[in-house]
Amino acid sequence: MKGNKEKEWERAPRGLEDFLSPREPIPKRLYLVLALSSFAFFLLVWSVLTYGGFVDPLFLPSPGRVFRAGVDLFVELEFTTDILSSVYRVMSGFIVAALIGVPLGLFMGTFKVAEALTEPVIGFIRYMPASAFIPLFILWLGIGDIEKIAIIFVGSFFQLVLMVAVVAKNVQKEMLETAYTLGARRFQVIWKVLLPASLPGIVDTLRIIVGWAWTYIIVAELVASASGIGYMIISSQRMLRTGNIIFGILTIGMLGLLTDYFFKWLYDRLFPWVE
Amino acid sequence: MEEGIKLHIHNVSKTYRSDGHEVLAVDEIDLKIRNKEFATIIGPSGCGKSTLLRIVAGLVKPTKGIVRLDGNVISRPGYDRGMVFQSYTLFPWLTVKENIQFGLEISGMPKAQQEEIAQQFIERVGLKGFEKSYPKGLSGGMKQRVAIARALANNPAILLLDEPFGALDAQTRALMQELLTQVWEELHKTILFVTHDVEEAIFLSDRVFIMTARPGKIKAEIDIPLERPRSYEIKATESFLNLKKQALRLIREEAIKAIQCRE
Repeated sequence: MKGNKEKEWERAPRGLEDFLSPREPIPKRLYLVLALSSFAFFLLVWSVLTYGGFVDPLFLPSPGRVFRAGVDLFVELEFTTDILSSVYRVMSGFIVAALIGVPLGLFMGTFKVAEALTEPVIGFIRYMPASAFIPLFILWLGIGDIEKIAIIFVGSFFQLVLMVAVVAKNVQKEMLETAYTLGARRFQVIWKVLLPASLPGIVDTLRIIVGWAWTYIIVAELVASASGIGYMIISSQRMLRTGNIIFGILTIGMLGLLTDYFFKWLYDRLFPWVE
Repeated sequence: MEEGIKLHIHNVSKTYRSDGHEVLAVDEIDLKIRNKEFATIIGPSGCGKSTLLRIVAGLVKPTKGIVRLDGNVISRPGYDRGMVFQSYTLFPWLTVKENIQFGLEISGMPKAQQEEIAQQFIERVGLKGFEKSYPKGLSGGMKQRVAIARALANNPAILLLDEPFGALDAQTRALMQELLTQVWEELHKTILFVTHDVEEAIFLSDRVFIMTARPGKIKAEIDIPLERPRSYEIKATESFLNLKKQALRLIREEAIKAIQCRE
């Protein structure tokens, strides 16, 4: 029944004003076409500029040359190893940040005592740019993986804690009160109401934070590194291999997009009950 | 303990501090609710009637006075005072059945017994077939039916209802009133109900208390001797209308005071 109605709606005739009304839905196919055409437009501008000879290939190589540079990277320069070491660093830093940050954020959003103890400090540290810690971390931790992971941790942990705290704070008070009047003790209210009510918000927060973690890894790998996508980019710069740089950037974009879709998929699987 | 008294609100006052000055929300209220009685507090909005209900629930501490349930002083919330709020408070990650079982599970009741009781209340509020639905798929009226079933399944000593039908449309609201009357006539649970709807109060209750505009005091008490079982048709009878007239007159004076207060 519902499927049929949707189909009818998809086929119904529309005027131009239907597509430009605030927040009104548009047909799925149109959505897909528009989404793809934004990529196509980007590719078109790039192609015109490069194949048309408007810019020096040294500064901006054509899509074809970037593609060939990518093939070379994988075949001859072991780019897979670079990708894996970047993924390893991002995920390690992110997972450690999440393992500590999610419980701490929940505490902050739940207990005023925890909030008073931690919020001012965290609010202060989060304004310190993660990249500014690089020299310090090199001194403390050397130039290996641990230093890179520490940068990711600093870049994501403090934001994550504050965002999770907000999620916990936004749980409807009456829901907690209802649990109390059903006989729940404080611990049960936290475990059986506050936590499940916060979970969707937490997964959504993790999705946003992992995106930021990807931006920090490059900064971390640009300095004192011997592997990783960032390392590949900085060494390509020294040899003026612009194609490699662009391919590296595109790879990060793809990896970010994949993680994003993974979290969206996870969200839909875990929380079919969210309105 | 006085004979036949279930709940005694004994000289309860509540003062709030807001913006540096004190606001008296509830002023020296003394109220006795009888066992198995359906009692309703009615008053203009902001008169402190919800505050009073929350004090009985143990969610708010009174500034002065005590509340006794079956002779025992109330100090915190407990399963013996089930509450239904105006806003929808179903746990969205639990199905209808799991929501109703929530209190039972917490009490450590065996699973089979939980399910039996839940099923019984699902049928009682007419939600058979929706056991496995999540709250997101339910209408407002259905959500409140689940909330009432959830509170009743816990077998509380008294049921507290804070404008539970306030967010529903008029037709759904009338049907919910009939359902609640029917459930009450079967179970004879002591109920303390809060509303600002005069007709709703009279239709449901054995006794109606009228509260004054802030600071909230009990201004009058009206007995509702209408026979039971009650059906919606009773709303058009002369005795019903007379009671309604009486209550409206009293509440109107307070509503006017409340409006002037805010201006």
